[in-house]
Amino acid sequence: MTATGHERNQSAKAHVKREPLFHVSKRDRIPLWKSITIRAVAILAALLLSGILTIFLTGENPLAVYKYYFVGAFGSSFKVWNTLQGTAILLGIALALTPAYKMRFWNTGAEGQVLIGCLATAFIMWKVGGTVPDGLLIPLMLLSALAAGILWGVLPAICKAQWGTNETLFTLMMNYVAIQLVECFLKVADKTGSNTVGPNLLKNGWLPKLGGQDYLLNILVVAVLTVIVYVYLKYSKHGYEISVVGESENTARYIGINVKKVIIRTMVLSGALCGLMGFLLVAGTSHSIDSNLVDGRGFTAIMVAWMAKFNPFFMVLASLLLVFLDKGASEVSTRFGLNQDYSEIVTGIILFFLIGCEFFMNYQIHINKSRLPARWRKEAVADKKEVQ
Amino acid sequence: MNETVSEKKVALELRHITKRFGSEVIANRDVSLQVLHGEILAILGENGSGKTTLMNMIAGIYFPDEGEIFVDGEKVTIASPADAFRYRIGMIHQHFKLVDVFTSTENIVLGIRDDQRFNLKEAAARVAEISARYGFELDPNKKIYNMSVSEKQTVEIVKVLYRGADILILDEPTAVLTPQETEKLFAVLRRMRDDGKSIIIITHKMHEVLSISDRVAILRRGEYVDTVVTKDTDETALTEMMVGHKISLNIERSDPVNVCDRLTVKDIRMTTREGVEVLKDINFVARAGEILGIAGIAGSGQRELLESIAGLRHLDSGEILYDNPKTGETVNLCDRTPIQIRDMGVRLSFVPEDRLGMGLVGNMDITDNMMLRSYRKGHSMFLNRKSPKELAEHIIESLEVVTPSVSTPVRRLSGGNVQKVLVGREISSTPAVLMAAYPVRGLDINSSYTIYNLLNQQKKNGVAVIFVGEDLDVLLELCDRIMVIGSGKITGVVDARCATKEQLGLLMTSDTAHKPTAEEESASTRTEEEKSIVTATEAGKGEQQHDSNRT
Repeated sequence: MTATGHERNQSAKAHVKREPLFHVSKRDRIPLWKSITIRAVAILAALLLSGILTIFLTGENPLAVYKYYFVGAFGSSFKVWNTLQGTAILLGIALALTPAYKMRFWNTGAEGQVLIGCLATAFIMWKVGGTVPDGLLIPLMLLSALAAGILWGVLPAICKAQWGTNETLFTLMMNYVAIQLVECFLKVADKTGSNTVGPNLLKNGWLPKLGGQDYLLNILVVAVLTVIVYVYLKYSKHGYEISVVGESENTARYIGINVKKVIIRTMVLSGALCGLMGFLLVAGTSHSIDSNLVDGRGFTAIMVAWMAKFNPFFMVLASLLLVFLDKGASEVSTRFGLNQDYSEIVTGIILFFLIGCEFFMNYQIHINKSRLPARWRKEAVADKKEVQ
Repeated sequence: MNETVSEKKVALELRHITKRFGSEVIANRDVSLQVLHGEILAILGENGSGKTTLMNMIAGIYFPDEGEIFVDGEKVTIASPADAFRYRIGMIHQHFKLVDVFTSTENIVLGIRDDQRFNLKEAAARVAEISARYGFELDPNKKIYNMSVSEKQTVEIVKVLYRGADILILDEPTAVLTPQETEKLFAVLRRMRDDGKSIIIITHKMHEVLSISDRVAILRRGEYVDTVVTKDTDETALTEMMVGHKISLNIERSDPVNVCDRLTVKDIRMTTREGVEVLKDINFVARAGEILGIAGIAGSGQRELLESIAGLRHLDSGEILYDNPKTGETVNLCDRTPIQIRDMGVRLSFVPEDRLGMGLVGNMDITDNMMLRSYRKGHSMFLNRKSPKELAEHIIESLEVVTPSVSTPVRRLSGGNVQKVLVGREISSTPAVLMAAYPVRGLDINSSYTIYNLLNQQKKNGVAVIFVGEDLDVLLELCDRIMVIGSGKITGVVDARCATKEQLGLLMTSDTAHKPTAEEESASTRTEEEKSIVTATEAGKGEQQHDSNRT
């Protein structure tokens, strides 16, 4: 025995390893103040990094640059309304996605579902507008937008429920179908070959201005929708079924939920809300249509929903932040003669930090004290106490 | 310490090992223990007492927060499984890590890095040599997918020996074995011990600890309690050390009263989508006021059987007849959805084996989990959380569920408390049939006995209880009749009061063409007295069959 023991130690000595410097473990839960602090630190770090980048690349004072973010988003009453209506549309699309995502149905087709709602609205405005009063025209536009959105949402849902197709691919491809259909409409409606069908062709069916404000109606509709989606998901039987199906299809089957029915029903809702957003976008905001009208917001909304952890009220903040960054960044580009790329870099850095800080919300890092230099050890212990 | 200790040298020593997960969970606190050369040390402890965590630190999977490890008196740092092998420590995990399409030899040499040329033939010869030395039955060229669970385990053990391990750690090796296979494994372990190897075996089955180990180290809630010499202790003393206080280990089995047929399963057959026949002509009766045990090697069709009764699976043929105790009507549950079954007035409760993946939703709180069964009630579009909340509070109180509040997600509760929540919900609807699949899997002794008592209570209330279990001792103590299932077939029904473990073990593996005889098929029409005697004769049949297969 001693011989083997000796041998073993000999061979082991050559490979003596030091303890790892730190290790990572999963958090059980995180107090609210800590999660807010982590996010605040992330935003500050992002601003610091983009500030350094600004000085390095352009020589501009980063603080002056940041100031114009606020000017761009809130500099005048027009800008405030513009920012708010942009927030409303983005928020509305995120709300539309939320029931599907709660059900773990990865709908990447909001872009197309909104756009097809836009197309249906514009088509009715163009074809029927002028022949009937607005009181009839507007409900007709709304209904067709809802129907179009539902169609785009429910096709992938039916295929998923019946044959288990991949909803991510299916919904994604439906986006391109919607874009091509809009291109067709543009060619048919505007013989001049313009790539926009504008207010001159869509004269009727504009949504009324509440209190003289162009966008107030849109904003109010989305505000009401926020509350409705919240209540629907949290307090209705449908919302409960959505959660159960999303968490575990086996449990849903076990208690007798008709999983196929829930999938289809939820995507009807999700598609209808996307269609509604398309209706608001055309009839309430742009009064025109082109194939880029939704402008990627169908995808940005996915990020809004995730960042807010599917809580409709947090989504208000998340969509406001994204719209603010967008408006501010384009202001900065024009003011300082920087191109659009600069603002996209800054937006990208901020989002990277915001999403990256999720790691620190879910995990914590333990420093191995024995590996620290002696003068740091005391501090490390103090830090740890504070954290606990 | 005892004189045997002084004779043998210390192979492995742990000093003041502490391991934390997160800021709240302390898996091991200040654990110190010794393993000698040429001994079998059992690590005994309830679930969550930190046995596996401790072993994972020796095997290099976790790294201790505090404390030191010594191998042959030398302080070592084990930061990875490769380090562990350098110190000749090998661990056999509960879940096998084998490549299905490879042979046993290929799996054994997989990942070995030495300077020698790769020679599969030589390796196979060495595998055969190791097998012969310790008495393993292992074919070096058999593919893993052709192997039984016990053979796969053998591959894992030989893999560790092939790499020259002198200290072997086995994490609950008997959980997947029949009694006969367990005996074979123990014989091999004894031979390895006599060869001078140190063996650490994790288990919570008391009789195994007593039969295999030389010494027992007891852990309780992450802390080291004591190490005792096995021959100087007994079951009661060990249990007391493990739990921390005296508990009675008796299951009170009352005699069945007012027994009548409740659920009759006739000739059911089921084929999976892949075309595998998982249930073959199953016939049995579950009676009110009785606990019917179902024994069998895991994956023999138990799950499919219960799920098809609960309306979750499509059957090829057969009938599941339920006698309604209120109306006296008989209805067929075959190919009905769970909702339809409920609407027919059938009071069927089901505790599935996958608690958090099927019975409950892990991310929802206790109230919302109570609602799973009842949320549909009423015509309102909105949920009523008031009565589920009251039910949740009632279950927490009456079953002593340990939880911070009713709004804690159930996945945060310990295994025993999760199970209390699930069983509590299922019996709250006053069922006529209660099916429970492995209801004590992963539960500590106290929680297990709570569950046994609940099942017994249901039986006294006249419920037909169907209990799928894995611990044969418990099945024999708890049930009235035990039905054994092997490869989707019923291989026998025995009276639990006079059957033995060996009988059950033989029936579990006698899955060769044992067609249900006329006797068995007519079992449902027999009178009460006759029924309870469907025992030794059939068990004996199984035995004979098994023997004739061997010779």
